Amino acid sequence: MIKKRIIPCLDVKDGVVVKGIQFKGLREIGDPVELAKRYNALGADELVFLDISATQTGNALMIDVIRKTAKELFIPMTIGGGLKSIEDISAVLNAGADKVSLNSAALKNPDLINETSEKFGAQCICIAIDAKWEEDKQDWFCYTHGGKQRTDIRTLDWIKEVERRGAGELLVTSMDYDGMQQGFDHKLLSIIQKEVTIPVIASGGAGSAEDFISLFLETDVSAGLAASIFHEQEVSIQQVKDLCDSKGVPVRHV
Amino acid sequence: MIAIVDYGLGNIANLTNALTYLGYEVKVTHDVEELEQADQIILPGVGHFKDAMTRLNELDLIPELNKLKETKPFIGICLGMQLLFEHSEEGNVDGLNFLPGQVKKMTCQLPVPHLGWNKLDAPNVSLNEDVYFIHSYKVHTEENVVAKATYEDDVVAIVQKDNIIGIQFHPEKSGDKGLQILDQALKGGYIK
Repeated sequence: MIKKRIIPCLDVKDGVVVKGIQFKGLREIGDPVELAKRYNALGADELVFLDISATQTGNALMIDVIRKTAKELFIPMTIGGGLKSIEDISAVLNAGADKVSLNSAALKNPDLINETSEKFGAQCICIAIDAKWEEDKQDWFCYTHGGKQRTDIRTLDWIKEVERRGAGELLVTSMDYDGMQQGFDHKLLSIIQKEVTIPVIASGGAGSAEDFISLFLETDVSAGLAASIFHEQEVSIQQVKDLCDSKGVPVRHV
Repeated sequence: MIAIVDYGLGNIANLTNALTYLGYEVKVTHDVEELEQADQIILPGVGHFKDAMTRLNELDLIPELNKLKETKPFIGICLGMQLLFEHSEEGNVDGLNFLPGQVKKMTCQLPVPHLGWNKLDAPNVSLNEDVYFIHSYKVHTEENVVAKATYEDDVVAIVQKDNIIGIQFHPEKSGDKGLQILDQALKGGYIK
């Protein structure tokens, strides 16, 4: 039986891991390669590095981080942030990333999804979506640039389009729930997983091990992603998995 | 020395990393002489079946691969495993035809690609570990199956016929247990 994946996300700026709360307020919390190894040993099923450098020097440092991590870490690694072209994507994959996660660049140039999917295979392209609910429109809209810029694109339209264009996976962050530590956005995530046949990674809102259980029991998503609660060691991956075991949610053990 | 067949498709950095970590000397090459000098051959592959066959044809590697598979351990991983079979729906093209079987698009209620950690089910219980799969097409064959996984239906996960081995998942991405399974493939495989 396929296992539900527990994925820590490491925000990296200029080669150093930082943490974002509601996409604001950055602070350093360590060496990415060391953190990656620690998470591997602790049972992470996969790692996501989000490069928030937004400078060429920062992006070059990220390549170095990927290369070093890939030499010592033998679980899947996804890289997102700042990837704008097929050349950027090639560089990251050649350095040892298994998947790329595209957000702003895909919204700006959707053909990049097709191009990446055709060149490298659907399995290596994950579309990251920052979705925010609008009460007056009674709908979710996609945001770019780390949640700073609103687009007019409806999240539920966009997920269908990216699937059609060849995305292999979705990483959905609920901006309404992100940083609140009160659980994942089950409503949004359930709707999205019903609308697409590709796997969905849920992100935004994890505050406790129980939040992962509710996520997996109440939605059909394939994975749960979190950053701060794991980084701050408020909850360990092992705690999440032990609780999953006790509730009958299938997880992998190292 | 292990030769990873370089035909310009897919991400072989991580396979190289894993083999190096296991202590093997690795060459990524499509040079016929280097391939012939290798102790083992790995056919990697990520991407589209038809592109893979086209590239192998363009590099005129198919006669060489046919020769190599007669004499050396020959391991196909992921798309590299699928290429070992007769034919694929992906691009509707023939494969290398080293093993009997067809490659078909996965059709199930669960999400496709089959992505994530899934447990192997093998008579050789040392193989029964969680490993990392990521694929949308799968092999249909009744023969040479060493291990399966379950994703609604059966998924052929490892095949072996003598020195020819196919691994559908990514052993280089399946943690310590994956590395062990990869090492075992290089040391003769799973059938005693």
